[in-house]
Amino acid sequence: MDGYIIATVIKAILILAVISALAGFGTYIERKILAFMQRRLGPMHVGPFGVLQIAADGIKLFTKEDFIPSGANKIIFMVAPIITAATAFIALAAVPLLPEFTLFGVTVRPIVSDMNIGILFVIAMMGVGLYGPLLAGMAQENKWGIIGSARTAIQFLSYEVVTGLSLLAPIMMVGSLSLIDFNTYQAGGIAHWIVWTQPVAFVLFLISGFAETNRTPFDLLENEAEVISGYATEYSGMRWGMFFIGEYANMITIGFLASLVFLGGFNPLWIIPGGLAIILKVAFFFFLMLWVRAAWPHIRPDQLMWLCWKVLMPLAVINILITGLVMMA
Amino acid sequence: MSLDNLKNRNVGVQNYKMLDLGHTPETGWGKFKQVLKRSVKLELFVGLKVTMREMFKALFMGEMHTVKYPFEKLPISPRYRAIHEMKRLLESGHYRCIGCGLCEKICISNCIKMDTRYDENQRKEVSDYTINFGRCIFCGYCAEVCPELAIVHGGRYETASEQRASYSNFEDMLTPMDQLVNQKEYPGFGAPTPVADKNIKKTPLAY
Repeated sequence: MDGYIIATVIKAILILAVISALAGFGTYIERKILAFMQRRLGPMHVGPFGVLQIAADGIKLFTKEDFIPSGANKIIFMVAPIITAATAFIALAAVPLLPEFTLFGVTVRPIVSDMNIGILFVIAMMGVGLYGPLLAGMAQENKWGIIGSARTAIQFLSYEVVTGLSLLAPIMMVGSLSLIDFNTYQAGGIAHWIVWTQPVAFVLFLISGFAETNRTPFDLLENEAEVISGYATEYSGMRWGMFFIGEYANMITIGFLASLVFLGGFNPLWIIPGGLAIILKVAFFFFLMLWVRAAWPHIRPDQLMWLCWKVLMPLAVINILITGLVMMA
Repeated sequence: MSLDNLKNRNVGVQNYKMLDLGHTPETGWGKFKQVLKRSVKLELFVGLKVTMREMFKALFMGEMHTVKYPFEKLPISPRYRAIHEMKRLLESGHYRCIGCGLCEKICISNCIKMDTRYDENQRKEVSDYTINFGRCIFCGYCAEVCPELAIVHGGRYETASEQRASYSNFEDMLTPMDQLVNQKEYPGFGAPTPVADKNIKKTPLAY
């Protein structure tokens, strides 16, 4: 039992360290990819190809003054970024990041906790994450913050519905909520991937994943042209940085969920071993988010609501209905 | 970029064309049909294709737009009017300025000051010549009026310094003696046009 606790603690610390480092690295990748797609160079001067730009940004964020506006509700203002960052990492607890491997004769399962409600836990944690922007915007006594948090409420709550409904169909097929069961369900190679039987659910999940991670076609929470920085207007320094670590960690989580549920997870692919396969899949989803950001404009809040309630949700319900009918037949 | 492009001042008569955006649907059914059409035609993926194509062009076909400015510079027009240069005679290396004082006279911001005197050969020499770059508006009249092509505008536009006086002494603006072989005849502002010879007319005797 002691060994189990120690192993879990080590896994948790490792995931925290690796994913937060990857989230920082993600900002560098994002700036580079966006720059290339606009035929610019991006960060170039700090280190080789600007790789150390993350370190420069980190130093800047850490040494900046931690500013709290006089009219703000101090405690909530200070706690809000922690909610965003913490829930993003807690969500990763139920996600199997790599296949099992053996290290020094010990079989390691790279999942903090294989609970039987894994996917529900991840969705729930990402849902709790909405309290971060919501409270931040309401606590800072700033009109842009208020608008930002109002948009948080409508956007995250609406797309929560689509995420849940789109995942419901694969859950019905697999008959389990554990992400490892999803992985074993698709163990038979590419032909067994759920994306072939549930293409609509896959597209719906991707769209709502973009909305839940606040990525570009749906980045209304902090759309500079409309609401300055939305919920993050009054934030500076590391508290502001925590929002972004949370956002990038969420992007990675969505990437893992999409790969595990729809694209075969960490099953080996031809000659590619499973561990590399899932990393490639997650990297593709991360790249897709940057690619979409470079290509598409974002939409108005009313269009966002129209898309969610009049298009995506009916489609998701119809998808579930058809899945159910096919399973009964 | 050739000089002809720079001389084209007819802004607004270039080949603009209206994009064919189609009509905006009025009714709900029309909007629905438009959405359906766009979704089925996968118009969004055209956007993705374009950005990906630009990325490949930038990375692998050498079409990156960035100019790393302090290390690389774009060429500027020969007619650009930056810090003045004083030219020398190519044969003797003596400065071209004959001390006529026209530039001082025409300068509309009164920033050129020159003193002249007669040297031992009873030739005029420039004893003191300064341009106050705090006042100079770089209008180019001095270069245009100069009969000897002695003062011209150069292309040195990076003029951040502790004080502008650093650029304004006669000696600083003169072509250095060791650079004399590299001195170019000036094609830019104030220089005679290529057809100047043709435009010369004989002055009538009874003028």
